[in-house]
Amino acid sequence: MISVYYAGLLADVGILLLGALSVYIILATGQLSLGNAGFMGIGAYLTSYLTVVVGVPITLALILAAAASGIVGTVVGFPALRLKGIYLAIATLGFGEMVRSFFLNFDTMGGSGGFHGMKHISVGYIWAWAAGILILVVLLERSRVWLEMRAVHDDETAAGLVGLNPTTIKVGAFSFGAAVAAISGGLFAHHHVYIEPGNFGFERSIDFVLAVILGGSTVGPGALVGSFLLVLLPEYLRFLADWRLAAFGVLLIGMLLVRRQGILDRSLFNALAFRRAS
Amino acid sequence: MLLQQLVNGLTLGAVYTLIALSFSLVMGILGVLNLAIAELFMLGGFFGFAVIAAQLPLPLAILAGMVGAALVAVIVEKIGYQPLRDAPVVTPMLSTLGFSIIFQNVATNIWGSDPLQLTDEVLATRFTLGPVSISAMQITVLGATVMLVALLAFVVQRTSIGRALRAVAENRDVARLLGVSADRVTLLAFMLSGALAGAAGVLIGLHYAAITPYIGVEIGLKAIAVMVIGGTTRIWGALVAGPLIGIAEVMTVAYGGSQVRDFVVYGFMIVILLLRPQGILGGSGADQGQRV
Repeated sequence: MISVYYAGLLADVGILLLGALSVYIILATGQLSLGNAGFMGIGAYLTSYLTVVVGVPITLALILAAAASGIVGTVVGFPALRLKGIYLAIATLGFGEMVRSFFLNFDTMGGSGGFHGMKHISVGYIWAWAAGILILVVLLERSRVWLEMRAVHDDETAAGLVGLNPTTIKVGAFSFGAAVAAISGGLFAHHHVYIEPGNFGFERSIDFVLAVILGGSTVGPGALVGSFLLVLLPEYLRFLADWRLAAFGVLLIGMLLVRRQGILDRSLFNALAFRRAS
Repeated sequence: MLLQQLVNGLTLGAVYTLIALSFSLVMGILGVLNLAIAELFMLGGFFGFAVIAAQLPLPLAILAGMVGAALVAVIVEKIGYQPLRDAPVVTPMLSTLGFSIIFQNVATNIWGSDPLQLTDEVLATRFTLGPVSISAMQITVLGATVMLVALLAFVVQRTSIGRALRAVAENRDVARLLGVSADRVTLLAFMLSGALAGAAGVLIGLHYAAITPYIGVEIGLKAIAVMVIGGTTRIWGALVAGPLIGIAEVMTVAYGGSQVRDFVVYGFMIVILLLRPQGILGGSGADQGQRV
């Protein structure tokens, strides 16, 4: 039996893992999203509405919210096609802040006062979702679709010339990422049993990106490593008391300087999996 | 009432303009989003407050904010940007974010998380011009902004340093072939942008008569929106976009409720990015190359 403290940390890791995967999927097509906390917020509010007000069971509510957020992701994904690199990142940042601001004004769901009444869920349930989606992403990485996504990532024009459809692939990735972020949000809402718009701000989006970049942005399980690191590191730095965030910043910069591809990359992953490094 | 809101909006817009220029200097020249600027701005405010608390004159406080923030910007450039110059854009962005985390934490530990208040009323005299009441502080903020922007314009347009900056912004490799030291220009861009952010920090501290370690994020994000709306390749776009957003924000607070303002600002930014990605003042054609 694990203690309540560790159970809480594990739950945070699972929720962060889903958010990180949502960024990872979109990043795989070469698009950096700094607005995934927006999708997470949509998922959190929608599942909470469905379970508390409508009375839908949690699993169904999560699936519905993921579908709805996926549709929003498609709507966001199309205009995003026009932007690249840092400008796309800034636009998605704007989207995230708009969603936060929307919920701040959305009095039906409590506005700035937040929303509560959700039933608490177990760590096991969170991890069932997190592991399920992680396995889904790892399977996706072995499929033809993933090769197409990498092709679009490396050179969009060339990918289009060999007969791929970059539009479908990029918008599809956005949509899938948005759905995964919504699940993360739904689980977050039912783990903390209280949500407020401030939970889904810029810092949250940055956390997702950090988990992916620290863990390794070229392999799916990198997000797992990054999520553990991001949640546990500040805990282990607790002996530094007031200075632990600064220490975390120092470690982050050091990490980027020494190993910018993240802890887990393709060759390390293969070595760990007892396969020949390519 | 309307005129009064215009004046208040202009004051806020002036500060946005300075920070947006600060972001835009680094972004326009290096194509990097330096997230540490938000915290340089906060640090500049604290440096300025320290000088004001020591009963020294106001111009000295602004100078202290500028010099202090510019020196901190050197650290950011040397450690957070220079070694990562050839990495994808995300990497230097995250390393500057690492610096923001450090700066915010250090500021919280040194000055505490409660807002630092200006003890005595600095520049509280108000002048009444017809229906408009403007405080000496607002005049100071506006005046200082105009002076700083004029100074920046002079440096960028009329000096050899400015020519080097513009050359590197145009084409880094060609500029280097022609004998411009790109590394020095990069450092200079960071310092100039740090100095602007520092000055803005002192000014916003005066505007609110208080400063907290958390002021950077909110205003910094807003300044990024201002930069985008103005256009990133022409740094002067911020001169139009800053007051525009400042006024729009004050107007929405006055007539639409304070909560809607972020929605309006970021919505406007996205519309601009999609419909006119070169920004309000940006030219057509060549300017679009980088971003679309």
